[in-house]
Amino acid sequence: MKSKFSPPIGKISQINGKCISLIGNDIDTDRIIPARFLKCVNFDALGESVFEDDRETLKGRHPFDIEENQNASILIVNSNFGCGSSREHAPQALMRWGIKTIIGESFADIFYSNCIAIGIPCFTLPKKSIQDIQKYNNKKSLSLEIDLENSLAKSRDLSFNLEIKESSKKMFLSGEWDATLTLLENKNLIEKKFNDLPYLKFNSPFLITN
Amino acid sequence: MSQDTLFDKVWDLHKVSSLRGGSDQIFIGLHLIHEVTSPQAFGALKDKNLKVKFPDRTVATVDHIVPTDNQSRPFKDNLAEEMISTLEKNCLQHKIRFFNIGSGNQGIVHVVAPELGLTQPGMTIACGDSHTSTHGAFGSIAFGIGTSQVRDVLATQTIAMNKLKVRQIWCENQLSNGVYAKDLVLHIINKLGVKAGVGFAYEFAGPAIDTLSMEERMTICNMSIEGGARCGYINPDEKTFSYIKNKLCAPKNEDWDKALKWWKSLKSDENSIYDDVIKLDASTIDPTVTWGITPGQSIGINEQIPLLDDLSPNDKLVAKEAYEYMGFKPGQSIKNTPINVCFIGSCTNGRISDLRVAAKVLKDKKVSKNVKAFAVPGSEKVAIEAKKEGLDKIFKDSGFQWREPGCSMCLAMNSDKLIGNQVSASSSNRNFKGRQGSPSGRTLLMSPAMVAAAAINGKVSDVRAFINT
Ligand code: SF4
Repeated sequence: MKSKFSPPIGKISQINGKCISLIGNDIDTDRIIPARFLKCVNFDALGESVFEDDRETLKGRHPFDIEENQNASILIVNSNFGCGSSREHAPQALMRWGIKTIIGESFADIFYSNCIAIGIPCFTLPKKSIQDIQKYNNKKSLSLEIDLENSLAKSRDLSFNLEIKESSKKMFLSGEWDATLTLLENKNLIEKKFNDLPYLKFNSPFLITN
Repeated sequence: MSQDTLFDKVWDLHKVSSLRGGSDQIFIGLHLIHEVTSPQAFGALKDKNLKVKFPDRTVATVDHIVPTDNQSRPFKDNLAEEMISTLEKNCLQHKIRFFNIGSGNQGIVHVVAPELGLTQPGMTIACGDSHTSTHGAFGSIAFGIGTSQVRDVLATQTIAMNKLKVRQIWCENQLSNGVYAKDLVLHIINKLGVKAGVGFAYEFAGPAIDTLSMEERMTICNMSIEGGARCGYINPDEKTFSYIKNKLCAPKNEDWDKALKWWKSLKSDENSIYDDVIKLDASTIDPTVTWGITPGQSIGINEQIPLLDDLSPNDKLVAKEAYEYMGFKPGQSIKNTPINVCFIGSCTNGRISDLRVAAKVLKDKKVSKNVKAFAVPGSEKVAIEAKKEGLDKIFKDSGFQWREPGCSMCLAMNSDKLIGNQVSASSSNRNFKGRQGSPSGRTLLMSPAMVAAAAINGKVSDVRAFINT
């Protein structure tokens, strides 16, 4: 039984946990959470449906069903992970299942920015290193301590560097990933932009009166 | 670093500040919302005790969950009813314009905003939907966002984002007869790959793009995201302006003159700098069909499904998965693959011109008895126009079901779904595993004309045999 979900808040600088490998390129968000589960007005119940169709097909052999992976929190993926739909339901489902960070060869753009926006750091590594980690993890389960500031991952017998965009790193370390309040700090600049944009002058009357 | 492209100009115009983390704060000129990705954002506003900052810069419609058979309320599906009524309540409470079912203006958000004249050159447009790239056809910078960013736009009218690089995709010559915008964009995605666009905005340009109609340009920009590019755009021209003119929300009178003057100043400079430029010859493209589980896995109608050895090491892994899932053998022809279901619709190809092209193929012909075929107009406006032109009758006479507007079988959130491992010929944009509602359902993407040809023959067919006779 999983512990109750609590979303990340504030600064994120350290993530510790067990790895879970999911092998495959171009794993899209329809596979992470099929569309029928989007019929909801909040994200609360998504964790149990993550990869539902893939898991159904593999009948207990999917990494997210294997007993040893049950409390894993570091997801190891290959290339172009999270392509397709912009549904934030995908990283939300992963997060609610227990995933706190993802290490992969590459990520789709919108998926990546959704992960930042909800507090899941995504790291990259070259293809070969990812494959090595996936292999290692399959043989002897790998637990990592990730230090975000130094982009360093350590286990009992390994230590390696991870890559992360400088701007994303700063956002996690400062807590700025939870962006609304940071954006609101520039209230005056936003108002100014609103008043200056040429097209809002020739469009606004219509929109306001209707 | 790109310079003086339309993308650079629009980005700089909308930049509010540089954030401490290094990303930019970008003002969003037009925010579109729908029932699937907005309720949680409104929920978050409530939790944080925030208001909608500029309610008149957000416009709502409902598309993903709407049933396309019986739309009377309450919907049969309780969850769908809950989602639409949540959107209704949120719009009412926050004073957001909502184009609801029956308003005459409801439909797929990316079909509706352009046809209302909301989508205009030089704007930044965001929506909690990846196909927001569609609006780039008008020379706007438009991209999909997730629900947390929907929350940010509602609360601040801005988002935090890193500036994208710009790749120009220059399309020489013209598409040949029977080859459409859909074929061109599938071809581009195949050549560049499904992740080549990550970190990029795509500028589509060149003679083959110039001659496309606005609706065809929307089809191209729509599928930028399938190539990994969050944003795709085309420099605006006379076609763009005349498409917008007189639309419901288009600027009128003196405002129109002001708008036109400004819009005409908006395009990539002749000597602008791109991060990358790709050139291709549009005249060599054949009708194109996907055979796999990513939109990049496509071939010309007369080609064979690639052998593993023909593919790059990167593509091999997903090709193996695709052969198995699709039940295709490497080297097999795509032509004559039996089809069970045909779907014409979606934000890629559910516009009036798409229905016209398909109707032309279907006229006086019958859908094969082995095929279940649906036509789902992209919006109420499209449906009304189609009826006016008698297209609905052509579809129905041929054996197609004529449905109410919505996303429908593009993502199967309503009851329009594949069953078991049915094979569908679809004018939509995604052939992912399970996309059309059955975990083992199989989708072949193609142009609406090609879907019509497949419907008649009951198998994948070259539409040129229909239009050249
Ligand atoms: S038609 Fe399909 S791709 Fe377009 S918005 Fe609807 S579900 Fe998304």
